[in-house]
Amino acid sequence: MTPGGTPGAPGVVVVTGVGRYLGAHVAARLAADPRIERVIGVDPTTPGPEFTDLLDRVERVRLDLGSLGGLLADLDVDAVVHLALVSAPDPQHGGRAAMKEQNVIGTMQLLAACQRAPRLRKLVVRSSTAAYGASFRDPAVFTEETEPREVPRGGFGRDILDIEGYVRGFRRRRPDVTATVLRFAPFIGSTADTTLTRYFSQPFVPTVFGRDPRLQFVHFDDALEVLHRSVAEEHPGTYNVAGPGVLSLSQAIRRAGRVAVPVLEPGLSGAAALARSLGFGRYGLDQVDLFVHGRVVDTSRLEQEYNFTPRSTAAAFDDFIRAHRGGVVLTRDTLAAAEQVVLESIRQVRQAVQERS
Amino acid sequence: MSRPDERPESRYDVPLTLPGVDAEPARRNGHRPVTNAVAAPARQDEPDTSATDEPVVSEAAVDAARSPAPAGHEPGGPAVPDQPGDHWDRKVAAGLAFLRRRLSGDYEVDEFGFDPELTEAVFHPLLRRLYRDWFRTEVTGLEHVPAQGAGLVVGNHSGTVALDALILSTALHDQHPSHRYLRLLGADLVFRMPVVSEIARKTGGTVACNPDAERLLGAGELVGVFPEGFKGIGKLYSDRYKLQRFGRGGFVSAALRTGTPIVPVAIVGGEEIYPMLADIKPLARLLKLPYFPITPTFPWLGPLGMVPLPSKWLIEFCPPIPTAHLTDSADDPLVVFNLADQVRETIQQTLHQLLERRPDPFGP
Repeated sequence: MTPGGTPGAPGVVVVTGVGRYLGAHVAARLAADPRIERVIGVDPTTPGPEFTDLLDRVERVRLDLGSLGGLLADLDVDAVVHLALVSAPDPQHGGRAAMKEQNVIGTMQLLAACQRAPRLRKLVVRSSTAAYGASFRDPAVFTEETEPREVPRGGFGRDILDIEGYVRGFRRRRPDVTATVLRFAPFIGSTADTTLTRYFSQPFVPTVFGRDPRLQFVHFDDALEVLHRSVAEEHPGTYNVAGPGVLSLSQAIRRAGRVAVPVLEPGLSGAAALARSLGFGRYGLDQVDLFVHGRVVDTSRLEQEYNFTPRSTAAAFDDFIRAHRGGVVLTRDTLAAAEQVVLESIRQVRQAVQERS
Repeated sequence: MSRPDERPESRYDVPLTLPGVDAEPARRNGHRPVTNAVAAPARQDEPDTSATDEPVVSEAAVDAARSPAPAGHEPGGPAVPDQPGDHWDRKVAAGLAFLRRRLSGDYEVDEFGFDPELTEAVFHPLLRRLYRDWFRTEVTGLEHVPAQGAGLVVGNHSGTVALDALILSTALHDQHPSHRYLRLLGADLVFRMPVVSEIARKTGGTVACNPDAERLLGAGELVGVFPEGFKGIGKLYSDRYKLQRFGRGGFVSAALRTGTPIVPVAIVGGEEIYPMLADIKPLARLLKLPYFPITPTFPWLGPLGMVPLPSKWLIEFCPPIPTAHLTDSADDPLVVFNLADQVRETIQQTLHQLLERRPDPFGP
């Protein structure tokens, strides 16, 4: 244990993926915690200018995950938070091949380095509810024990399954390390910028014809809170992290004041593939599968172990709506006004008919 | 002037307060109106159009809502429009409020996708016409269905199209004193099909698997299963009312694990709606369906062959079988099979009794 560090809270923490939104915010939040002595942010690229203020108190190291071994040993690192995952292929940065390289190979290298770090006591890995795959025979609600019935079609889902497999192997080889795997529902919030928030920001939103999937979101701030607690406290195991409650996709689109445009499923898959091969659009088979099957998880284990309940899916989505007023086609007020107008005109017509008779 | 004051509180009083005024056509309880035969179906249809929930439709629905209002009171004489806040006003206001709530996403869906508001406003009225007016369904033994807490309703399956499940759930909700929703467990084929899967989830259904069944039962819901599955609905007319094999008895272990009473239910009438004379297996295999039915009307009459024959339906709920004392034997195959057999025998015997009560399948 590092001198000065409170029991439970680690002294030196390494956060990977600080060049991205989630990593930068987590690193900043851990750095603000007085119980944690040092926060070292690792990323192969220099974090963008938008994160410079945020990463003020974080020591930044420009490093590939492959050469992490030396750093972990030299700096006597107590905890590693692995957030450097790419959820959608970015055609500007190598597409799917680079995504897999970063997700799967990056995690392998990180775990190999962790295995040889003698002082390491804690490992927190970001995972996703995509680990449950998507199948028509799936139960409606996934608990942490549910095994995926089919290997997902989407690249991210397959990567997540691989990553969790490697973490299971790591747990066997280093039982002394507290390993926490957090399966996050899609992030949403006032500031988060993800594939899904971009999707809901369009005025006309494509959906799959004849399907109304049940969705769950987790508010970005709640995700930060859970990650923070995972580092500062001891929570070994795998946890679903999602806002309780469910929104159906059509309901979410209506709440956001957007208009749903149903598309036939084969068409949507084809369009997604075409868009990918042409090098634009970030919707992949991961998104199509989500919009066909939906995904709802049970969060009771998180609530018990962390003694923390994320805000509900509906509340998190409301927060997103408030921040994205632009592009709204139909608002609640317009509808209420239309209702009044129609009621009033009916009354007038009736009045007129009544007077004539 | 007093009309606007009346409106807000009158929004929800649709079927409860049966007003004794004979002057007002009593269409809201679903019986055929005597005076305004033209206006009544138009009003009935109004929530149905909102089922599609598209903004485009809302215009049409609003128009539909508007047109019967002036037409409605003309034959009724001056007595109707003179009444402040008469029920046309209330109906229109309630319909519009419903539309607005739907269009703004202002409703709740549970974790299985069940949408009680939509079910009650759209699907139940449709099925009510079917089970009451078309099939003349008689329900007995409702006292055996628990008024609160979990219960597992196990029934016989029949009819080529699984209409019996929908009829059972609507009749149970309508006629049970506590108006309970029956959460149906469906085959994964149902959830493979677009549109159908959506409707199944919205009306409270979910995939037939043990985690879902146990979750629903654990939450104190009333769950409906048909253990025969496709073997039941896809059997030939010559095999009618012969219960098929009950599978692995997964429903029994779900009940045992949660200590839920099992309520067997026998449904008579479903076999005659689409009497299946033959099953074209190669075509079924080609279309990836469990069977391809040939009935006296299908596929000969095309879409007209989809109209179910108006058989007489009898539904009887049998006394519940308690399982609370067997919670430990959920994994004991012998206990599970014995219990499944007991349920099967109960349903089969009740079916025979009901058939004796109904000598003519298409009787009154």
